[in-house]
Amino acid sequence: MSETLKPATADQVVDAVAQALAAGTPLEVVGQGSKRAIGRPMEAESRLDLSKLTGISLYEPAELVLRAAAGTPRAEIEAALAAERQRLAFDPPDLGALLGGPAGRGTLAGMVVPNLGGPRRLSAGAPRDHLLGYKAVSGRAEAYKAGGRVMKNVTGFDLCKLMAGSWGTLGVLTELTLKVQPLPETSRTVLLLGLTDGLGVRALSRAMGGPHEVAAAAHLPAGVAALSKVAAVARAGAEGRAVTALKVEGPGPSVAHRAGGLKTDLADLSADAEDIHDAQGATLWQEIRDATLLAEPAEGLIWRLSVTPMRGPEIAHAIVQRLPGTRGLYDWAGGLVWLAVPGDTAQGDGGAGPIRRALAEHGGGHALLLRGPEALRARVAVFQPEDRVTAALSRRLRLGFDPRLILNRGRLIAEQPEE
Amino acid sequence: MRMPEPDATTLDRRLSVVHELRRMVPEPGGVIHDPDELAVYECDGLTAYRQLPLVVVLPQTTRQVAQVLKYCHETGVKVVPRGAGTSLSGGALPLADGITLGLGKFNRILEVDLENRCAVVQPGVTNLAISTAVAGQGFYYAPDPSSQIACSIGGNVAENSGGVHCLKYGLTTNNLLGLEFVTIEGEVIRLGGKHLDSPGYDLMGVITGSEGLLGVVTEVTVRLLPTPATARALLMGFESSEAAGDTVTAIIAGGIIPAGLEMMDRPAIHAAEAFCHAGYPLDAEALLICELDGPEAEVEHLIEQVAAIARGKGANSLRVSADEAERQAFWAGRKAAFPAVGRISPDYYCMDGTIPRHQLPHVLGRMRQMSAEYGLDVANVFHAGDGNLHPLILFDANRPGDLEKAEAFGAEILKLCVEVGGVLTGEHGVGVEKRDLMPVMFEPVDLAHQQQVKCAFDPRHRLNPGKMFPELHNCAELGRLHVSGGRMPFPDLPRF
Ligand SMILES: Cc1cc2nc3c(=O)[nH]c(=O)nc-3n(C[C@H](O)[C@H](O)[C@H](O)COP(=O)(O)OP(=O)(O)OC[C@H]3O[C@@H](n4cnc5c(N)ncnc54)[C@H](O)[C@@H]3O)c2cc1C
Repeated sequence: MSETLKPATADQVVDAVAQALAAGTPLEVVGQGSKRAIGRPMEAESRLDLSKLTGISLYEPAELVLRAAAGTPRAEIEAALAAERQRLAFDPPDLGALLGGPAGRGTLAGMVVPNLGGPRRLSAGAPRDHLLGYKAVSGRAEAYKAGGRVMKNVTGFDLCKLMAGSWGTLGVLTELTLKVQPLPETSRTVLLLGLTDGLGVRALSRAMGGPHEVAAAAHLPAGVAALSKVAAVARAGAEGRAVTALKVEGPGPSVAHRAGGLKTDLADLSADAEDIHDAQGATLWQEIRDATLLAEPAEGLIWRLSVTPMRGPEIAHAIVQRLPGTRGLYDWAGGLVWLAVPGDTAQGDGGAGPIRRALAEHGGGHALLLRGPEALRARVAVFQPEDRVTAALSRRLRLGFDPRLILNRGRLIAEQPEE
Repeated sequence: MRMPEPDATTLDRRLSVVHELRRMVPEPGGVIHDPDELAVYECDGLTAYRQLPLVVVLPQTTRQVAQVLKYCHETGVKVVPRGAGTSLSGGALPLADGITLGLGKFNRILEVDLENRCAVVQPGVTNLAISTAVAGQGFYYAPDPSSQIACSIGGNVAENSGGVHCLKYGLTTNNLLGLEFVTIEGEVIRLGGKHLDSPGYDLMGVITGSEGLLGVVTEVTVRLLPTPATARALLMGFESSEAAGDTVTAIIAGGIIPAGLEMMDRPAIHAAEAFCHAGYPLDAEALLICELDGPEAEVEHLIEQVAAIARGKGANSLRVSADEAERQAFWAGRKAAFPAVGRISPDYYCMDGTIPRHQLPHVLGRMRQMSAEYGLDVANVFHAGDGNLHPLILFDANRPGDLEKAEAFGAEILKLCVEVGGVLTGEHGVGVEKRDLMPVMFEPVDLAHQQQVKCAFDPRHRLNPGKMFPELHNCAELGRLHVSGGRMPFPDLPRF
């Protein structure tokens, strides 16, 4: 890596991209670098570091809208929101610890551009659903804007959707405008103990289909539950009982009422239920959000699968058959399967083949290799491969926004610029 | 409204186009070219613009759609996708030299999967039919445009339609899980499925709201939600739109996200009351309808909070629905606002800008001034929770010059929306109607980046040309890079 460029203004970002474009040398785009270890290893000669591009420029709590520079630290955004009793609805994971770094780092753009949502994504939507507008510099070294600051906007193509999930390959965002959410008064988490994976996910599905407005729904097999810092969860896990968790949020009386309702409605599946309160619940949901329960051993490979919710368990079981020693947990009512695959598979394909075959055989979905050694990430498809037609469209979009593949070249797929 | 010049060779080839389409879609009624029958398709919900299409084709299978599109791509014929034709922005307005491709025969619900809370439907199914199909099992599809008995889910996807419930539940784009989609090259792709957040570029996201410019949607997987245990509404009258606006702000600032939060101004209240006797307070300058849904205990609690807020802001009338019939009655006037206004005026023109909510009093004030200047009345219904305005401009198309005045007035309102930080359209789309206003909101470089998407999907501009963009650039030209190496060495750029 020859140099790091640290622009402090959007104009300087234009200069940096123009320079790279003129020289034909690709750039690695980073915020604080908290997710650098995700994706294929990039082919980059310089680094474009956006951590100097900071500051909240507009925050109107009564309109649920916040605008800030791309490199604004996550902590600053969270503190500003908390002061007004608000939050980011999509519950962005903090993958620092999982990826072997410190927790609590990251930038605003880093929370949105990968389009990774946490447990609340199930009920509140993904980052892509909350990005109202942005300013960016495309791979054409042109600064432009898209979207707006209002909640409802169908003026022209919805480029916000493309940026969330682009992993920095369609443009360098310099400013983002987000929809934010009021903090609920309180929350409660109902725990059902001792269900099999299949029954656990069935309970989650039934709860999601019922009247209690469940905000988050996860199932932790006993071995994983045992690692929790929440006593009730760890105890159940240690006794060999899985933990199925359902979170309800809202005004106090409503939360109590709904937690009770959930227990009644699911009593035929599990007689053994208890509640945990706000603070303990926060710990548990953070453990699930950040996959910290799967972080050890450090050489384990972490896969993140999005699947048809009710088919989560059969997919996980098919994978465990083929990759013995794999552990995991279910979020999103079964639709998000986190897997820790033994590190020794990294010599081969890291489980990519068996995992993706299981998906294909059980209703489809996709798998992301979220953590793995660089050599493995260079060798296997980190992101779910696209079919021929979709891949061709994606390539054309990529070339439209970044004709010379200057930005994060190779991060999503192996790619070369056109001759 | 200027449309692209019809292509003379295509017009001359009309019979051969009809013949080719018949070969691809041989079923009876699959190809329509009799001028009388074509008249049904000559406009959409924006009836001021009319044009007979070259020919209408009504395919029944994805394969047929693919054949038609490939044919258009290869032989240079334009094509306009069409759902139920309720667009209010002229998105489905035919082209004289273009095929109108109707999805009306794609009218089946293919699968309802309640365990995974989704339904797989064909694009011609109406919005309401989805909710109706699952209502018995306690589910519904959340986005609810007022046109929901008629509009198609494919049209909803193409317009990213909203409704009164989108404050809490989002627009169409937030309620989709998967799409089947045919490109202009006749390739079929499947995006998403029953799972969330597909990797790679969010093609489903950018297709949603693309107004038929990128391809044809042939199947939709929608997210279903459980029907809330209860829904109750408050009806609140205020002496000023400021007081009503302050109430809206205080509700949301207080952490409450109602299922619906609608405002009407005095002319709209009077028109609606005369039309359906909903019991609206006729002395109010502004009326708010606030609906809360969810678990019973929560709704009780929030109703009290909202009522307290409204009283604090000076509501001079306040009713809480006691039962389902009363809740429906509160809504009846709001839902019938368009036809109600249609009764007091020979014609009306419905606008659709969005503004930052705190700008409401200012925008309403300016609108009153404009109304005086143009000599045309305006009634306002407003999705107050999310700042989406629907000013209805009253005019008489039979009075010479009135339509032009109404259009000019409408354009001025939309410019005002942009000026105060809002946008040209909140849910009805750009279509032909707002096409030429796009530069008010976007710089050429912004539009050029949007058009990169068009070029990736439809580089020859066969799909719905003349809509959304005031000018479609040649894709090869647009693709060219404009970089001067001479700007080096960028002395200002901090390096390490
Ligand atoms: C009385 C009335 C009330 C309304 N209320 C609302 C409201 O509350 N909220 C709201 O958002 N809208 C509203 N609308 C506008 C309109 O109903 C919506 O835009 C609706 O989604 C259009 O659906 P449609 O099936 O009629 O589409 P059409 O009008 O047929 O087409 C609309 C656009 O979509 C494209 N299209 C249609 N089907 C497909 C397909 N399968 N694939 C690709 N492109 C396609 C067309 O080319 C066109 O550009 C209202 C309209 C009326 C007349």
